[in-house]
Amino acid sequence: MSALRDIEDRMVHTETVPGARYWSLVIRRGFTLRLVDVEGRANVSALLFNPQNVLERYNAPDTLKGQHTSKLTKGNMLYSDMGRVMLSIVEDTVGWHDTIGGVSDASMVRQQYGEQRYQEHRNAFYRSGRELFLIELQKWGLGRRDLVPNLNFFSKVSADLDGTLRFADNHSQPGAYVDLRAEMDTLVVLNTAPHPMDPSTEYRPGMLKLAIYRAPPVDPETDVCVNFRPENARAYANTRILNCQEA
Amino acid sequence: MSGQNLIESPLDPNKALYRHVVAAGEPWMHELKKGQTLRILDLEGNQAADTLFYSLERPTEEHYSAVHTIRAQGNAYLTAGSVLRSNEDRPMLTITADTCGRHDTLGGACAAESNQVRYALEKKPMHNCRDNFLTAIAESHYGLGKRDVVPNINFFMNVPLTPEGGLTFEDGISDAGKYVEMRAEMDVIVLVSNCPQLNNPCNAYNPTPVEMLIWD
Repeated sequence: MSALRDIEDRMVHTETVPGARYWSLVIRRGFTLRLVDVEGRANVSALLFNPQNVLERYNAPDTLKGQHTSKLTKGNMLYSDMGRVMLSIVEDTVGWHDTIGGVSDASMVRQQYGEQRYQEHRNAFYRSGRELFLIELQKWGLGRRDLVPNLNFFSKVSADLDGTLRFADNHSQPGAYVDLRAEMDTLVVLNTAPHPMDPSTEYRPGMLKLAIYRAPPVDPETDVCVNFRPENARAYANTRILNCQEA
Repeated sequence: MSGQNLIESPLDPNKALYRHVVAAGEPWMHELKKGQTLRILDLEGNQAADTLFYSLERPTEEHYSAVHTIRAQGNAYLTAGSVLRSNEDRPMLTITADTCGRHDTLGGACAAESNQVRYALEKKPMHNCRDNFLTAIAESHYGLGKRDVVPNINFFMNVPLTPEGGLTFEDGISDAGKYVEMRAEMDVIVLVSNCPQLNNPCNAYNPTPVEMLIWD
């Protein structure tokens, strides 16, 4: 597909994740994960962990306050609670990804979309983001205690001046993508359930295409993300200590 | 609902069953029973009280959730009327009085490592809220650990978002004598770090004591 043409020669894996399904893998340092919103209506909820010490995890408040932002886009880095960069957003055709909306749970899905059980609908049954996260987290020894505020790629939640939260309709577009470069080995646990603030009453979770490709070497002097803010350079310096004994 | 809901409390401090001054930079952990009211009083003004709540019955399973709280009320800021919800989407506490008007729950707590990122790599040795959280839970008997330290509330702290996607740290809108009061809707453990931050204006660069008052 066209959204992968520029990385075809460096790609090591590609996969399609249907709507309302889960996926996880450790993205190794030096590789980039590309997420593609195939139909323009995907929401990709993600949690990040250090696979060597899962107590270190993506921290939404540190990421936002460190970069003085409430949205995430190209140039932003995704920080752990240990002052390190897990993933850097090196490309983005969307412009705003959410990290304050969280995930839906079973009762929210039932209330908003009605009930569609497996018994009658087989694999078209309705699933919540929480349920999908919990299934996939447990495969890594993780669970409810690790279900912290997550990322929601391809979705936008903004706040008015008085604090009123707004979910943006039709925010993404078919073929939109975001590239996440791993600065340390990072366990990415994701699911493709609808955003919990999406007001649609029709359950139509979007499909995700993902690809993993070799990232070009990072030059800290010129790299867009490292130099996006002075905080990013310091978080990157902390990450280099973690990686300093690599062969 | 929208922010800035100023409501004074009818409760008389002289009739409180518990009063305790938490010195600047120190943790405080205390149980609050369903129906009891906790007041956090900003004694000298512009102080930040970083706060987490855990279910007393199931501390490692149910705790305060910033996401559930702001999503349910449709607003990013906390004030009187805000229901503080858990990760199980249940009401834990309700803010019943507020003379400050706006409290943050998106900025999180300071930590040694986040201070490095935000200010300078050399800031790591400075005291911080996460150290307070970890000290308090390590010395407690609830079975809590770092895994349970989740995004918190910053009472008296002003962290405005902009419609364009900005996030700024503004001077506090609190003042000496301002307070926030909340009624427990379930039995909870309250964990507070009276913020020792010296690098940003959340405490006016001068951390000061806060007082905790509890009524039945």
